[in-house]
Amino acid sequence: MGADNIITIGQLRKRFGATEVLKGIDLDVARGEVIAIIGKSGSGKSTLLRCINGLERFDEGALQVGGQALRHGDQRALRALRQHVGMIFQSFNLFPHLSVGANVMLAPRLVKQRGKDDAQAHARRLLERVGLADKFDAWPDQLSGGQQQRVAIARALAMEPSVMLCDEITSALDPELVGEVLRVVESLAQDGMTLLMVTHEMSFARKVSDRVVFMHAGCIHEMGPPEQIFGDPRTPELRQFLSALH
Amino acid sequence: MIEFSLWDIVRNLLLAARWTVALALMAFVGGGVLGLLLLMARVAGLRGVQTILKGYVQLFQGTPLLVQLFLAFFGLGLLGVDVSQWLAAGVALTLYASAFLSEIWRGCVEAIPKGQWEAADSLALSFMQKLRHVVGPQALRIAVPSTVGFLVQMIKATALASVIGFIELTKAGTMIANATFQPFVVYGWVALMYFALCWPVTAWSRKLEKDLRRGR
Repeated sequence: MGADNIITIGQLRKRFGATEVLKGIDLDVARGEVIAIIGKSGSGKSTLLRCINGLERFDEGALQVGGQALRHGDQRALRALRQHVGMIFQSFNLFPHLSVGANVMLAPRLVKQRGKDDAQAHARRLLERVGLADKFDAWPDQLSGGQQQRVAIARALAMEPSVMLCDEITSALDPELVGEVLRVVESLAQDGMTLLMVTHEMSFARKVSDRVVFMHAGCIHEMGPPEQIFGDPRTPELRQFLSALH
Repeated sequence: MIEFSLWDIVRNLLLAARWTVALALMAFVGGGVLGLLLLMARVAGLRGVQTILKGYVQLFQGTPLLVQLFLAFFGLGLLGVDVSQWLAAGVALTLYASAFLSEIWRGCVEAIPKGQWEAADSLALSFMQKLRHVVGPQALRIAVPSTVGFLVQMIKATALASVIGFIELTKAGTMIANATFQPFVVYGWVALMYFALCWPVTAWSRKLEKDLRRGR
């Protein structure tokens, strides 16, 4: 892999006050790879994800996306990096004062300076892709959670990122709405998008991911292909975590 | 003794009311612009600036406007700067309004969920774009009632400028009452005129709130 790694993380450390939540993370992600990050709450998995697009500031170590190092002092470089890294949140975070179409069009128009017609056509295509072609003029609060999350995916895709971060994106959804969101994520994976997802949907992680990362107490405790992680867990912590799910 | 007709009283009060309006407008616009700048500096989170801005707000919130007016008028005079009553009142009210408005608006900005900032961040928006397109419009909607409430307070607070001899509605009322010996009639009209200035502002606020809800 080497040169084709889109993300390289080396000895990443992060403290919240006195507690160290990331204790030296090393992780390389190849272009097009789908990675599921699992682990108990408080194991640092969301924090790791949020470090990758600079939402969280790390204390030590190095992080590169597409060959660009993430440096916190430099707002311009940080914004350049964020154009390549999309993020989808547990709580959707759609902009409630903008229509669905305007949500999707906002960043391409402001950041990429796309023309109005161009951005609108692009937004319509993306909404169609997530199965919401008819919701262009709807307001976020008129949509179900699953629909809102799919709009959020379209909004992130509108920036044409090369990496997509998914932070427990189905945790706030009613069970019957989880499937529609996961199907969209799966289609992204099939289209070759590099995906890093923190998830509690183990069967989905098993089905879609190339590699599963099990985090425990701020470290990558075990990592490997899904068959190995779910079928043949090596450490007692992972075994305990997996058995607690059933 | 000279006889004053009711029209004489009302006409002179109306003429003086122009100055109340001018002073209030100056405080709104000046205080609004300065308040917005202070707000942006605070939200931007520049470290050195925070302490200074907090001090500024504390200073103007923690002392009576009346005293600020005295200080602006007599204090600047002591420093050898010759200030007119108009300028002193305008400056004092502007600074006072900017401190309160920036604080009111900061509360509104902080009421916007953190996820909105993070979503905008992850879409690579700049600080000004986040304020202008994401946080600002949402904060604006919650800011309307408290901002208008404060503006109405400001219209009434212009009355304090009378103590440094600025002839606005209240000062004119006092002078006319002294000349006509009809304080109740005069101050009655003064009150009516303040009401006529404040009420439309409140009514406009209700309409604005409704419009913002509809327009989202």
